[in-house]
Amino acid sequence: MRNIWLFFLKHNAFFLLVFYFLISLSLLIKNNSFQRASVWNSSNKMVGSAYEQVNEVKGYLSLRSINDSLAAENALLRNQLASSFKSDSLKQVTVRDSTLKQQYTYTLAKVINNSIHQKNNYLTIDRGTKHGIAKGMGVTSAKGIVGIVLNVSPDFATIRSILHSETKVSAQVNGNIGSLVWGEGNNDSRYVYLKDIQSHLIIKKGDRVVTSEFSLFPEGTNIGYVVENRKKGGDGEMDIKVKLDTDFSTLQYVYVINNLLSAQQIALESQNKIE
Amino acid sequence: MGRVVIINFIRFFLLIATQVFLLKNIGYYNLSIPYLYILFILLLPFGIPNWLLFFLAFSTGITIDVFYDTLGLNAAACTVMAFIRIIYISITVQRDGFDNEPEPSLGAMGFRWFIFYSTILTISHHFILFTFENFKFGELGYTLIRVLLSSIFTVTLILISEFAFFSKKTR
Repeated sequence: MRNIWLFFLKHNAFFLLVFYFLISLSLLIKNNSFQRASVWNSSNKMVGSAYEQVNEVKGYLSLRSINDSLAAENALLRNQLASSFKSDSLKQVTVRDSTLKQQYTYTLAKVINNSIHQKNNYLTIDRGTKHGIAKGMGVTSAKGIVGIVLNVSPDFATIRSILHSETKVSAQVNGNIGSLVWGEGNNDSRYVYLKDIQSHLIIKKGDRVVTSEFSLFPEGTNIGYVVENRKKGGDGEMDIKVKLDTDFSTLQYVYVINNLLSAQQIALESQNKIE
Repeated sequence: MGRVVIINFIRFFLLIATQVFLLKNIGYYNLSIPYLYILFILLLPFGIPNWLLFFLAFSTGITIDVFYDTLGLNAAACTVMAFIRIIYISITVQRDGFDNEPEPSLGAMGFRWFIFYSTILTISHHFILFTFENFKFGELGYTLIRVLLSSIFTVTLILISEFAFFSKKTR
C-alpha cells in the first residue's frame, strides 16, 4: 500500500495530467453533442453583460459607417413609400386589398458578440424571449442573410451564423435551387459555396443568389452574387462560389424575422407524421 | 510570497481581458490566430507545486472557453501544456537555481532559453487546440499549417510583451 502511494507521489504530474485532461475532454464531447444546451456559453447572463459593456465602447468606433449604411437604407425605404410615387392616371380607385396578409415581422437587434475566425461561428444579440425571439427564427442584416437563432435566454439570444459547418440554407440562382454550404475546405468569412446545381445550367459571374421558398427566410432575401463556378467531374453537379452581401467582420445591427404563419404550417405538417 | 501572488493575479486579468476583448477579433482568416493568454501559464513561478500548476492551467483554459463558446477545448490544451512545462523545466533547469530566479521570464533566464521554452510550449498548446477543434484526422495537413502559423503569431506576441516589461536580473 505504501509503495503504491509512493508511486503516485513520484509520478504525480502524469496523473494530474490524466485527471484534468479527462475532465476537459468530457466537457468538450458533452458540449458538442448536446448542442450547447449547457449554460456556460455567451448567452449566459454574466458573460453576455460583459460583452455588452465592451460593445458600448466598440460601437462608437464604427458609428460613421453605421450611419452611412442606415442613411442608405432610409433612402431605399423612402423610395418605396407611396408618397414618393406620382400617379399619372386621372381617376384613382382605392382598392381595399384583403388578399395580402402580413406574413413576416422584423425585430431589430444589436450584435454584442461576433466571431468569424472559428471553425463554427456564433453571434450573440441583445434580444431574447422578452422581445419575442424564439428558437429557429431567421436572422438577416440590412444587406443579406446572417443565420438562424440557436438558443434564447430572457435577454439574449445566440445565432448560428452562415459561417458554421452545420448551417444549411436553401438558396436559388436564376430559379435553380441548391443548398448553401460553408466550412468544407473553405474557411473564408467572405465566401460560401452553393452546391447541388446541375452542371449543364448556365450560371454567369455576377448572377444574384437569393433564398428559395423552402428556406425559413422570406423568398428572395439577398445572399450574395456568383464569383466563380467550377464543374466537378463525374456527378454532373457544380460548385458555385458566392460572395456574401453581409460583411460579417463589421456586423452591428441585425433583423430577426418572425414568420407569423410558421406555427400553422408546422402544426399542419406534423399531422402528416401522425397519420 | 504575497507579492508573487498579487503580480500573477493582475497578470491573469490583464491577459484574459486582452485575449477576449482584443485578440479574439484579430486573425488572418482561419489560418493564424493568436492565443497570448498562455503567457500566464508560461510565467508562473518555478517553485509552484504540480497540483496548483494543473489547477491554474485548467481554470485559465475554462475561463477562455466560456468566452469563446468552446467548453473544454482550451482547458484540454492548457493541461497538456502544463505537463510539457513540467518536463521541460525538469530537464533544463537545476533545482538549486530556484532561489534567485523566481519565475521563468525572459529577463531572468536569457533570450536563448526563453525562446525555446515559449516555442515548444506554444506549439504543444496549439497542436492540441486545433486537432481537438477539428476532431477528425482528415484535414491533418490543414491543421498543421494552422498550428505552425498560429504559433509564429503567438510567440511573436509573447516576445513583444516580454520585451515591453523587460527587466534584467543579475544571475
